[in-house]
Amino acid sequence: MRVNFTVNGRPQQADDVWEGESLLYVLRERLGLPGSKNACEQGECGSCTVRLDGVPVCACLVAAGQAEGREVVTVEGLAAGGQGELAPVQQAFIDAGAVQCGFCTPGLLVVADDLLAHTPQPSDADIREALSGNLCRCTGYEKILDAVRLAAARAGAGQEG
Amino acid sequence: MDFLRPTGWEEALALKAEHPTAVPIAGGTDVMVEINFDHRRPQQLLDLTRIGELRTWETGEESVRLGAAVPYARIIGQLRTELPGLALAARTVGSPQIRNRGTVGGNLGAASPAGDAHPALLAAGAVVEAGSVRGTRMIPVDSFYTGVKRNALAPDELIRAVHIQRADGPQQFSKVGTRNAMVIAVCAFGLALHPRTRTVRTGIGSAAPTPVRAVAAEEFLAAALEEGRCWDTGRPVPPSAARQFAELASGACSPIDDVRGSAAYRRRAVGVMARRTLDWAWHEYRTDGDGVQQCA
Repeated sequence: MRVNFTVNGRPQQADDVWEGESLLYVLRERLGLPGSKNACEQGECGSCTVRLDGVPVCACLVAAGQAEGREVVTVEGLAAGGQGELAPVQQAFIDAGAVQCGFCTPGLLVVADDLLAHTPQPSDADIREALSGNLCRCTGYEKILDAVRLAAARAGAGQEG
Repeated sequence: MDFLRPTGWEEALALKAEHPTAVPIAGGTDVMVEINFDHRRPQQLLDLTRIGELRTWETGEESVRLGAAVPYARIIGQLRTELPGLALAARTVGSPQIRNRGTVGGNLGAASPAGDAHPALLAAGAVVEAGSVRGTRMIPVDSFYTGVKRNALAPDELIRAVHIQRADGPQQFSKVGTRNAMVIAVCAFGLALHPRTRTVRTGIGSAAPTPVRAVAAEEFLAAALEEGRCWDTGRPVPPSAARQFAELASGACSPIDDVRGSAAYRRRAVGVMARRTLDWAWHEYRTDGDGVQQCA
């Protein structure tokens, strides 16, 4: 079947999609967007997190046909300019040393970005809750929490300045 | 495989009648796992996400009519006053991403004994609204679960909504798992105090082939509270009564040994959760409820 939907602001069309295929497979294998990672395929790890109509979801659990006509934002869409300039949350992950092997990073970036969009000054409990659906097996999470705090602090300082 | 995409309820019923083996899919948090792992190859997927009414709810005087495809996140955010037990249970479902997609209709459709919504539905009191081209059936949730991952739906029926009694007293939910987030229940327990009828209802998850109520425990506790005039006075539940309630709750289980826990552990844990949820709920009743004015 054919699936038409919007990805990172651009209309996209995927052809020859199998009806049981996941949105994640369409993004990675048909649209060449490998940022969303394929790991557990059962919604446990959060590595494939994308925004579907503005809501963070595991792309591995969305049937491709359910994305028809919807808007999807992947990790590739976080950097608004797309010209090498990183989103604030991406820069904060680098600066805080929150990236080790990097496999979980795209999913964490999407949920962290979504958290800060809704809660610009999150408490530690807010951050832990927002990130609770994303597994990282390298970092022990401390640097990731630091990164989200850093991004929030920078955004706050930017507004005051 | 066909991907069926009805945009209205009547169309969905017609498609289900035409293709009784079609597997309904809403949040996909169960169905897609089965497809991804090649455990299931349905001939048709029946996508319910384009039927707007399934994502809405109506709050009546007695009950909330919760559309089958309302995600858990909405229940937590917007229905915690009317449905506190279900909102607590919803908080323990998967992760934020899963709670954004998973639905009570899906939990009922899958009818896993480990589904987090079931103990809360059993304790609050709920009726499943099932539809087909033949008409509408109202199925009390107590008789909805018929076996491991089996329910009372006919092949041509779909779940349209769940009518859940609005809370008339404190409700609690407890779940045992190996970690705090993203965990399938080893076992779970829901409890609702119903001061209006002076009754107590319970729900046990993952400790029997289906979700079950601990009816003997409910009846014993209601009698003990009546006898001790606890509802009127707000007196603490006598410790011996709480202990007996826990034992009876434990006795209502018929668990198995599996990878998540042994049968003996589940029996024990259900008793502990029964006593704890009763403590929490009764404390709330004494301090927030009607009991407080009458409590010397």
